[in-house]
Parts: sequence; C-alpha cells; structure tokens
Amino acid sequence: MDLGRGWRKKWIWGGGWRKKWIWGGVWGSHPPVSPQSHNGKAEGTFQVTMLPGDGVGPELMHAVKEVFKAGNVPVTFDEHHLSEVQNTASEEKLDRVVDSMKESKVALIGKIHTPMEYKGDLASYDMRLRRKLDLFANVVHVKSLPGYQTRHNNLDLVIIREQTEGEYSSLEHESVKGVIECLKIITRAKSQRIAKFAFDYATKKGRAKVTAVHKANIMKLGDGLFLQCCKEVAELYPKIKFDTMIIDNCCMQLVQNPYQFDVLVMPNLYGNIVDNLAAGLVGGAGVVPGESYSAEYAVFELVRRGSPRGTVPNLPVRAGILGGLEYHSNMVSDAVKKVIKGGKVRTADMGGYSTSMDFTQAVIDALEV
Amino acid sequence: MIPGDGIGPELMLHVKEVFRHACVPVDFEEVRVGSEAPEADVQNAITAIRRNGVALKGNIETNHNLPPNHKSRNNLIRTSLDLYANVIHCQSLPGVETRHRDIDILIVRENTEGEYSSLEHESVAGVVESLKIITAGRSRRIAHYAFGLARAAARRSVTAVHKANIMKLGDGLFLQCCQEVAAEYPEITFRSMIVDNTTMQLVSRPQQFDVMVMPNLYGNIVNNVCAGLVGGPGLVPGANYGHDYAVFETATRNTGKSIANRNIANPTATLLAACMMLDHLRLHSHASSIRQAVLASLD
Repeated sequence: MDLGRGWRKKWIWGGGWRKKWIWGGVWGSHPPVSPQSHNGKAEGTFQVTMLPGDGVGPELMHAVKEVFKAGNVPVTFDEHHLSEVQNTASEEKLDRVVDSMKESKVALIGKIHTPMEYKGDLASYDMRLRRKLDLFANVVHVKSLPGYQTRHNNLDLVIIREQTEGEYSSLEHESVKGVIECLKIITRAKSQRIAKFAFDYATKKGRAKVTAVHKANIMKLGDGLFLQCCKEVAELYPKIKFDTMIIDNCCMQLVQNPYQFDVLVMPNLYGNIVDNLAAGLVGGAGVVPGESYSAEYAVFELVRRGSPRGTVPNLPVRAGILGGLEYHSNMVSDAVKKVIKGGKVRTADMGGYSTSMDFTQAVIDALEV
Repeated sequence: MIPGDGIGPELMLHVKEVFRHACVPVDFEEVRVGSEAPEADVQNAITAIRRNGVALKGNIETNHNLPPNHKSRNNLIRTSLDLYANVIHCQSLPGVETRHRDIDILIVRENTEGEYSSLEHESVAGVVESLKIITAGRSRRIAHYAFGLARAAARRSVTAVHKANIMKLGDGLFLQCCQEVAAEYPEITFRSMIVDNTTMQLVSRPQQFDVMVMPNLYGNIVNNVCAGLVGGPGLVPGANYGHDYAVFETATRNTGKSIANRNIANPTATLLAACMMLDHLRLHSHASSIRQAVLASLD
C-alpha cells in the first residue's frame, strides 16, 4: 500500500502498531473514501458524517453547509440527530452513527450536551460515541488569530489529550451510604499509545518539544505509570525534547508564560481543563477547533463542549485538509482569516455585534470562487 | 515551624528576621522534615503541631520515583490533623503589573479527600486504578465552611466548581451538598460551574468570581491558575484550617528547588502567610503592620 510521505511501519512492543500507517494516511493527502462512492453519489465527492448536536450546534452546521455550498466544496453531509437532552438518543441511533462513520471515516460534530442529572446511565452519549469509535486522541491546536487581539498574542501550542480512559471511565459507585468512589483508570497500553501519537504528531509537524503533564506526586501509581510510558516513548525520539510538569504548575505557567510550551500530552481530565484554559487565552471556545483521532476515524468539533454564543467555522477547514481537499480547505481558511483580520464583522464572543449569519455571509463573500 | 525543602528554609529565615524587628511575641519551634524522612519524623512534626496548635510550613518535596507506599509528607500532615479547608485569597496587589486587574477571589478547597486519597492499586498488570473518594459528610463540611467564610467576610456569592456531567455520582454528590447548604444562607447567591468552563472564565474574566468552593484536585488547579493571574507563586499566601489546628504556607506549595539558596525567591507569599497566622493568633496589630509593610515594599 502506498503510504506516501515516507511513513513506514514500525514494529514496536511486539505489534499493536500495525495501524500506525493509517495515521500517516489520515494526515496526508489520501482521501479516506474511494471516489467511486456508494449510494450513487457523484464521483469525487466525499462523504462526511455530521452530528449537529445541541445548543448552537445546528446553527454552526448550517453555517458550514452554506460556506461549503458557496465554495463549491465537493462534500456531502450525512446528518444524524443524536441528542441526549432532546431525547433523540438511543443505542440504535448510536449504532447508525457508527455505521455511517465506517463509510465516511470523517465526521463533524457540534456538541452533544451531557445532562447533569443522573438518568441511570453513568456514561454520556458523547463518551460512548468516543469509545465506540475508539477516538483515543484529542488534539487542540491553540493558535492566536491574526487580527484578534487578546492578552496573549502569537501563541502556538498543541494540546494532545488521551480521550478514552482516565477520570472519564464512568465507573462510580456508592460503597457505603454517603461515600462515593470514582475510579480513574490508567493503563500502560493506552498511555503508550497516546504518548506515541504525541511524539509522532510532533515529528510530523516539525515541533521541537513535548511536555507531559501529570500529578504523579499524588497519584503515584496512576499518573506515575502515564509518566513512565511517556519517558519510554521519548527515548525513541531523540530529536524531540521531552519535559514533564505537574498539572498545577502547568496551569500557572500557562497563565503567566504560555510561550514556553510547544506540544503538551496528558491524560483525560487534565486535558479537558488545559484545553479550556488555553482556549480562553486566545479568545474563547469559539475560535478553537478540536480534532479527535482513532486509528481509522477523524472527528472535528469545537473545543469546549459547551454553548458558545457565536463562533467561527474553523472546523470544516480541518475536515477539508483531511479529505485531501487541500485547495478547498485553503480557500475557506483564507476567507475566514481575512474576515477576522478585517475586524469589521465580529461575533459577540469576539467583542463585536454581528450575528453568526452575518459572519457566515462575510466569509462567503470573501471566498474567491 | 517546618521549613521543608528547596526555598523553604531561606524563606523561614526571612520570616524570623521580620518578626524579630517587629518584636512579635511568637516563639518558633523548628521541626525538620526532609523528603526522605522516616515516618517517625513526620509523626514527630504532627505531634509538635498538636502541641502548639499552629504551624508555618514550607513545602516538603515528594519524590515520585520512590515506591508508592512512601506517602506525600505534606498530605500526611494534612490528613492526620484533619485540616479540611484550604483557603487562599487571590487579590490583585498594588504595584504588581499583571494582565488582569481588580481580582479578589477567595478559594476554599476541600483538603482531605477527593483525588488525594492515595488509594491506588494495579489490579491487572499495566492497568492502574486510582480511587477518588467523595463523601457527603466532608462535602457538607467544606460547603458550610465556605458559606460561613462568605458571610463573615461580607461576600456576596459562592461558586461551586465541579465536573458532575462526567462524574455524576461523585461530583454530583458534592454539588448536591453545596446546594443543600446554600439554602441555609439565603443572603448569599449560589452558582455552580463546570471546572473546564471555570478555567476558561478565569483567564478571560476573573472579576466575576467572589468565593469559590471545590473538591481537592480542582482546588489545586484553580489555586494555581489564580496565583498565576495575580502575579505568581511568590505572592499568594495560603492557609489550611481544621477544627483544632491551623497550618499556614504559600498558596501554591512549591519547593522551588531550582531557585533555592540563590537569594532570588520572593518572600511575599510566606510573609503574608505569617500575617494570616498572626491574625489567627489574634495578634491583629502585628499582622496589619507587617502586611502594610509588605504591600508598601511592593509598590
């Protein structure tokens, strides 16, 4: 199989890495779906699964569709409505989404809101989807946008978060009345996998340093294992500097001097917190897209799975790059950047008065079609 | 006085020097506990604190390469003395330039349970389970402390920070206890916020927060974020309160190994912690004069 871009299979720790070549394929210029698609779609169009979700999800997805239509981007969206809050979630729906993903390999997700009440199931649909697809790596590229002044400018860091275990294992029980035990699970296999992903990502994107974030002084076995796996993997990448930092110090450093960081890798909960903190530094949830990867699929979404008031459709840009539609993705990306730099049309979260639709229209106008 | 490791000893010297000049009627009993000290030394320190009731402490380094049965000394002191509330006051200080201004947040953190239970085991090779314990009793206790503090300091709102959307039972219980206690303090507004949103709000608009209450790990993270916002680990004092004992230290509990013995560590946090201790001992005039002197030097 033509792996392109010089990726080679590496056999490390006796297997389990045979899927590695797919990462290269996923990031490279190979379309995830063959052009002769099923269901009689036009040749050359790519299918992307879309889950609008709740809150502002549907509006954002609409914005994406409008911009793609204006830019003649050859993507068809296979929409599914999965919502825990609106009671349109069920096991069958989840399976249908997974089947759709098997075909398209790429998805765009709004936010599937997790209700706070305990309805008898400890794992939310959001989490279950991630586990079914084994989306183990969440990557957030925090970059200052030119033209949008925040307290920190010229920030460029990448946060890689393990997404399937850790504190999000949904294993809780009331052992004695009034005493709850929550289990945080850390496994060697998943820690090694995410560490390897982080270093591979750093190598591919030409990054110089990876910092592992942990709390091994308190959770000696758990985070200690995570840290040890990171150190072992680091030895195989002598060109990349490896550093470690405790989560509390990391948060403080992010607030005082975020420029010292390059790529950060960490378990689930710390990743959630650091993602949001870093997003706050460059302007909020609305300007930072997130990507989730498994060995076979890629999902694009907003960083903070909350409900921002107005936002930038950065996500389709990434999806475009993935689908090999580099020309189109660059076109949309340039249009978005131009609008932000222009500073005239700004949504509420960026300090302006425009509505989401105004912004979308501005992007469409800026497209050089 | 437990000097601890790293910058601890030199900072303690500064405190003693200032107290001497201000003629503060406090006599320090020094107890040395190193990072590799045997359990007996730690027990000795704990007994000393029981005797005196109050302590000023540096951070004792926890070497994570040692086997897991070697527990964190700091944690051992906190749990043995049941110092259940960790309180830090993050305030924008005059003369200190930061990206944000007018910050005045009181953070109350549960100090004895949660993720710091030190209960971990390797159930299967390569799989580690760490237990996070949340109990109704301790959650209510810390909530009462937070609301009581808010009332005493004439504060208007308390925000509970949690992640109950993911840890539905655990943080759900914590949140529920906070809500029950809030009902007993009708003059104080109660809000709740998920920890990821909290950190984002803290870096964009920290002025919206007044008093915050949360379980152990989030407290650790939020403490550090807030300390970063007002100028760093060298400026913010912290206190650990229990029913019978109180231990004062810097808010972010750093050992500062890389800057130890180079005369560059900032004594502000430790000096302000010492002032908090003096207030606790009802030596208010000494506390205010030293505090004023510290703030004047920053200007």
